[in-house]
Amino acid sequence: MDLLLKIWRQKNSTEKGGVQNYRIKNIEPDMSFLEMLDVLNQQLINEGDDPIAFDHDCREGICGSCSLVINGAPHGPDKGTTTCQLHMRKFKSGDTIYIEPFRSSSFPVIKDLVVDRSAFDRIQQAGGYVSINTSGNTVDANATPIPKPDADEAFKSAACIGCGACVAACKNSSAMLFVGAKVSQYAHLPQGKVERKERVINMVEQMDKEGFGSCTNTGACEAHCPKDISLDNIMRLNQEYLKSKIL
Amino acid sequence: MKPNDKKFPIPSRVPDGNIQNKWEKHKGTIRLVSPANKRNIDVIVVGTGLAGASASATLAELGYNVKTFCFQDSPRRAHSIAAQGGINAAKNYQGDGDSNYRLFYDTIKGGDYRSREANVYRLAEVSANIIDQCVAQGVPFARDYGGLLDNRSFGGVLVSRTFYAKGQTGQQLLLGAYSALNRQINRGKVKMYSRHEMMELVVVEGKARGIITRNLVNGEIERHGAHAVVIASGGYGNVFYLSTNAMGSNVTANWKIYKKGAFFANPCFTQIHPTCIPVSGEHQSKLTLMSESLRNDGRIWVPKHKKDVEKIRKKELKPTEIAEQDRDYYLERRYPAFGNLVPRDVASRAAKERCDAGYGVNQTGQAVYLDFASAIYRYGKEKATSTGQDTKNKKLIKKLGKEVIKAKYGNLFQMYEKIVDENPYETPMQIFPAVHYTMGGVWVDYNLMTSIPGCFTIGEANFSDHGANRLGASALMQGLADGYFVLPYTIGDYLADDIKTGQIDTNTKDFEEAENNVREFISNILSNDSGNSVDYYHKKLGKIMWNKCGMSRNEKDLKKAIEEIRNLRKDFYKNVFVPGEPNNYNEELAKAGRVADFLELGELFAIDALERQESCGGHFREEHQTPEGEALRNDAEYTFVSCWEFQGKDKKPLLHKEKLIFDSIELKSRSYK
Repeated sequence: MDLLLKIWRQKNSTEKGGVQNYRIKNIEPDMSFLEMLDVLNQQLINEGDDPIAFDHDCREGICGSCSLVINGAPHGPDKGTTTCQLHMRKFKSGDTIYIEPFRSSSFPVIKDLVVDRSAFDRIQQAGGYVSINTSGNTVDANATPIPKPDADEAFKSAACIGCGACVAACKNSSAMLFVGAKVSQYAHLPQGKVERKERVINMVEQMDKEGFGSCTNTGACEAHCPKDISLDNIMRLNQEYLKSKIL
Repeated sequence: MKPNDKKFPIPSRVPDGNIQNKWEKHKGTIRLVSPANKRNIDVIVVGTGLAGASASATLAELGYNVKTFCFQDSPRRAHSIAAQGGINAAKNYQGDGDSNYRLFYDTIKGGDYRSREANVYRLAEVSANIIDQCVAQGVPFARDYGGLLDNRSFGGVLVSRTFYAKGQTGQQLLLGAYSALNRQINRGKVKMYSRHEMMELVVVEGKARGIITRNLVNGEIERHGAHAVVIASGGYGNVFYLSTNAMGSNVTANWKIYKKGAFFANPCFTQIHPTCIPVSGEHQSKLTLMSESLRNDGRIWVPKHKKDVEKIRKKELKPTEIAEQDRDYYLERRYPAFGNLVPRDVASRAAKERCDAGYGVNQTGQAVYLDFASAIYRYGKEKATSTGQDTKNKKLIKKLGKEVIKAKYGNLFQMYEKIVDENPYETPMQIFPAVHYTMGGVWVDYNLMTSIPGCFTIGEANFSDHGANRLGASALMQGLADGYFVLPYTIGDYLADDIKTGQIDTNTKDFEEAENNVREFISNILSNDSGNSVDYYHKKLGKIMWNKCGMSRNEKDLKKAIEEIRNLRKDFYKNVFVPGEPNNYNEELAKAGRVADFLELGELFAIDALERQESCGGHFREEHQTPEGEALRNDAEYTFVSCWEFQGKDKKPLLHKEKLIFDSIELKSRSYK
């Protein structure tokens, strides 16, 4: 298939960026979206141009490196799919595709489509853990049975890959789905109970400090989350926060 | 190549005594550093996968000042995140006869008797503790309805000792280690450097004292000093270009220390994983694994008759239309005791054998089926019986069975469908072997120290535990064992000499020289204004490796590979074109550095494969096989670790042999029949 790509180019964090047009031919339907960009980049290098910078690593939908807003949607049109798992068979010859970086003032652009998501790391550093040492001198793993539904719920929240699509999708640039997922994971587990108050307060404080907005329940984050992290996590975040602040 | 038959030059530091007591005894006798002195000691860790993140966290907890580096934008993205199936531990929760000894035995046997006994026993010994640790951290492992931890089976063993979190075990374990790391970053005990690439090791008076890094955002070349350097940068499977590794996975950190004197051990020991999604075309950038856990329930087969194969390739026949008696479940046929759960090397070779014989089931002839139909039926019937539903209703049974399979492997099935555009609940998966893991790596002693004092290597980056073939679910176990429970203690034995050293000065000749080397490489590689892209060379190297150093190897091809790689390397330095600037975000420049190192490693890989004139584990030499086509080891001459010492640019490396001694296990030929 032949495509017209309209791609955001930006030299670095300080210079102004803009959309540039690229025509690309003979794209096969079995290619992944990033493989299509690989083809374009090889073409650009062969012409002596600077290739398009984009984050990517595992290319199997789990590392959370890849991003991109494709035709207005973070990670593109396929529900529950990261950009690296999106395949060109979802497009047709003659299509025009807009490709932009994840947009949020808390995710400054580094170059082209690459953004700085270290704000997410700092939120995790503020409290996304259980404060036990790694000596291994803990109780036997089976000493505390955890009801299967709780363990399964914790797992569902823990499946977040930290890609930032929730922020990019949200008109408020809210990170509450991301933060809610971590808070929920621990809230469902007995191991997380000891520090539940400090955790949620510290993480929310850091989230605000990073400049992320608040949730107005549009549900865009859930709709665009490549791992189908549910809006329930935001509800639980609010619950945990209120409990910690008021009760 | 004339091997060096002299005595192995460096002690392996394996303690004396009974194998069950070695680690306890060692821990009780090695030197310690007092908490007050630990505060004056700096340690660098390169890599933030399971090994690097867990080591960084634990070293910081103990009191050391840690600087941790990763090339990704966040430590959470290291490729351990992609491990799917599970982690082994000798917990014996299933009461099926598991024990430390059995895990030890299975690992040695699975590795085809080419690993160091004492290291493997220690791994088995600390395995149970890993699970306790991870649960305490809040890792949400799969549980049964009683609330206790669930287990499944992996290849090459006859017990259920694998703990898992759906098909995302690596993700959950890494996020656990990442959380421990974050806690230490928050305490100020770990300084984290993301988007940094290690470009050089700095050796001062024979000791590792720091590294040179490149900041991948602004291109700055930085000097970092420390009293010890720990490399946890993973494996080198990307030397094949196509592999299940992440795009950025590379050998650079390991290669830099090799060139500074660390021995590289068994570089040719590579794991080709039997169940990956087949290559679909020239555009392919990486391969995707379908977890080994699928072999718990999936049956592998090809058609028995060539006429059916041809019809399938022409799409005139569907696999579901082939009758049971016309299918060849070749693993169950050849290996009745282990069946579909033979070790990876055996399963991969068996798939290759069928495809080479002309029974491959897709257009390229490079695919076999992994079929879940009978598991869906079995689970469906079980569910119908236990819930009192109609056990004769086939439609209902299929529906119930699919639900069970979905709960177990849902994310893998979804991933398969996205990539291949076929529904694996309805038609068998197509799979083919692909490069997955490298057992070879930098040589380390029992303390995990390389042949450079003060330089340590942990996780997949070292050679020590998996011999010539790694068993499924053992990589996660080793990464966390090294990082949480081994290195943080053994490193003290070395650092005890450094309590009075004081901070490492980076304004010295050694640092300057190392930095100049890096700058020189960068300016050279950027000097061409046109030419071939970095990927052009990487793909070419990958083809040489796959065709001549892949699933089966022979003298003629290996010699040819060495020559071709040398020529390709020359061409690379002459004609590679790297656009952009050095002092900016420049992914092509980062890739060029990695591919330059792969182009050197590839040659050593082939040299090692040529030198090892036997078949063992993943290393299959066509000249050495039984009449049935099984790997034929040569214990009399090759019961050793091949350790290669760098001798200078374009000079032949020197081979040292660390003899492997088996006191606790009898050397036997491996049989899974």
